[in-house]
Amino acid sequence: MRALTWHGKHDVRMETVDDPQIVNPRDAIIRITSTAICGSDLHLYDSYIPTLHKGDILGHEFMGEVVEAGPGSTLKPGERVVVPFVIACGKCFFCEKQQFAACDNSNPAEKADMSEVMYGYPMTGAFGYSHLTGGYAGGQAEYVRVPYSDVGPIVIPDGLEDEKVLFLSDILPTGWMAAENCEIEPGDTVAVWGCGPVGLFAIQSALIMGAHRLIAIDHYPHRLELAKSLGAEVINFHDVKVREALFEITGGIGPDAVIDAVGMESHGFTIDNILDAVKATVKLGTDRPHVLREVILACRKGGRVSVPGVYGGMGDKIPIGALMEKGLSLKTAQTHVQKYMPHLLEMIGEGKVDTTFLISHRLPLEDAPNGYKIFKEQQNEVTKVVLKPDWKEAA
Amino acid sequence: MSDPPINRAEESDAPDTAAVHQRDVAKEAAEERGWHEAALVGRTITVNRPRQEVYAFWRDFRNLGRFLENIESVTPGDDRRSHWVIKAPGGRTVEWDSVLTEDMPGEALAWESAEGADIKNTGRIEFRDGPPGRGTEVTATIVYGPPAGDLGKLIAKLFQREPKVQARRDLRRFKQLLETGEISTSEAPAAAPRGGAQAKG
Repeated sequence: MRALTWHGKHDVRMETVDDPQIVNPRDAIIRITSTAICGSDLHLYDSYIPTLHKGDILGHEFMGEVVEAGPGSTLKPGERVVVPFVIACGKCFFCEKQQFAACDNSNPAEKADMSEVMYGYPMTGAFGYSHLTGGYAGGQAEYVRVPYSDVGPIVIPDGLEDEKVLFLSDILPTGWMAAENCEIEPGDTVAVWGCGPVGLFAIQSALIMGAHRLIAIDHYPHRLELAKSLGAEVINFHDVKVREALFEITGGIGPDAVIDAVGMESHGFTIDNILDAVKATVKLGTDRPHVLREVILACRKGGRVSVPGVYGGMGDKIPIGALMEKGLSLKTAQTHVQKYMPHLLEMIGEGKVDTTFLISHRLPLEDAPNGYKIFKEQQNEVTKVVLKPDWKEAA
Repeated sequence: MSDPPINRAEESDAPDTAAVHQRDVAKEAAEERGWHEAALVGRTITVNRPRQEVYAFWRDFRNLGRFLENIESVTPGDDRRSHWVIKAPGGRTVEWDSVLTEDMPGEALAWESAEGADIKNTGRIEFRDGPPGRGTEVTATIVYGPPAGDLGKLIAKLFQREPKVQARRDLRRFKQLLETGEISTSEAPAAAPRGGAQAKG
C-alpha cells in the first residue's frame, strides 16, 4: 500500500510499504477514506518529538471502512468508522475510569520503558506518533491496523459524510475536553491562546458550555477571523499586549479560565521564547513553554488552567509561584477520545456542532508531503489539510 | 494499622530492591542459598482481575511461555516438577526441571530449579488484593545463580543483561494477557509476541 513515512526533520515521503495484517483477535483492518494532518504532526515534522524511526508511518486522525475484523472485534466489514488516535484496551483500571488516554496496556511492553523513564509511568499507545507511544503505524496511508477495535472506533451512520465526522478522531474531542477542563460557570470569561484547530474547537465548545465571553489570541489574521466567526472576541498578540488587554477586558479581574492550545512550539518575539528556541536548537531543552507561562500569569486568582497543547519534555521558568499563590487549578491530558465520541457524534448529527468550516485544503494522499509543507509554512491560510487516499490527482 | 505498605515491603524481597532498604539483597539471597553470587529482580504490578484468577493463570505453568519472553515452553510433569525450555542465542535452547517449593492458593507460588540446571534460579510470586475494586497486586521476585558451563554463561548473560528490564516487560505482558486477552504489539504478525494470538489454556 501507499503511505506517508517520516525520514527526518522536514522530510516526509510517500512510499510503498507492506499492507497491515490482523495480529491479535481484537484487531481490525480499516481502508482509509479520509485522514488529516494534525497540528501535533508538525511537532513530528519539526523533529520536536524523539524516538521516531525512519520509515514510520504518520497520521492519527483518520476514518474509513472496515475491511477485516478479528474474532474479538465487534466491527463488521463494510462499516464506516472513525478511529480515536488514542489506543485503549477498555479493560484496565484507567479505561474503566474512562481515562482512555492513560490506558495501561496499549503501549507494547518493550516500548513502554522509554516513557516510564521519562515520566515515571509509561504512556498509552497512539497511532503514528513515535515509539514513545508504541510505534504503531499511523493512518496517513491506504490501510491501517486498529488494535482493540472493539473499544475505540465509532460506527458512523449513513448520510453523515466524512468531513462532518473525521475530526471526532482527535481535535474535536480535544477541543471539547479542553473546554470541559475549564469547568465553566455562568458569567465566565474564557481566554484561548492559539486559534489552530484545537483552539477553534475549544472556543466552539466553551461557548456551547455557556461561557459568557470568549477571548481568542493568535497572530494569524485568518485564524482570528475564524475565531470571530464562532463568536469570540479576538486579540492579535503582535498588535496588543495580551495580559494588559485581558486585564482591561475583564474589569481587572482576569479570565476565569485559560486554555493553552499552542503547546511546545509557541511563536512570538519575546525574551523567554528566544532563549527557549536557542536551547531547543542546541538540545539543552525540548519544549518552548511561552504560552504556558502566559496563561498562568493571565489567569485570574482561583481560576482554571486547561492545557490541551502538547508538551513532551522539560520546560524552563514555569511561573510556579503564580500557579500556587493565585490558587490556580491545572488540568491537562492527552484526550480521552473514546469517552467523548458518542456525545459529539450525536451533536454533529443534530447539527449542533459543525467542524467542516475548518478544512482549507483537500489533497490526494499522494500529495501529503506537500500538505505538511504548506501546513507548516502557511499557517494563516492553511487551517486544516484533509488527505484522500482514493483521489489519484489533485482536485 | 495492620500491614501498612512499608511493613509489607520489609517482609517481601522484592520492594527491597526498590531501595526501601539499602541492603544488598542479591548478596543476602546468594548467602541464603549457599551460592557465591546471585542476581535478584523484584517488581510489582497491579492486574485488574480477581486474585484467584490471577493466581490460577500463573499456577498453570504452561502459560508462562506466553508472556515470559526468554521461555520457549514450560511443561508440567508429575506432581511438583515441571520441565522448562529456555531460548538461547543462535536459535539453541537449554532445558532444566523446576520444582514447585511453595503453593498457597491465591497467595503465593515459588519454584526452584532442580539439581543440575545450567542456571540455578528460584522465583516467588505473591498475590495480594489491591484496594477494593482495583484488582490484584502481583509481586515477582526472581533470583538467578551463577551459571554452569559455557552455554550456561551465555544464557546467564541473556537473562542478566538487563534483568530488571526483562522482569518489567514480562510482567507488563502478563498483565496485558490477563486484562485484555492479548499482548499489545505494533509489530507485523511475524515479529509479534506469541501470547497474543493463542487461545487461553
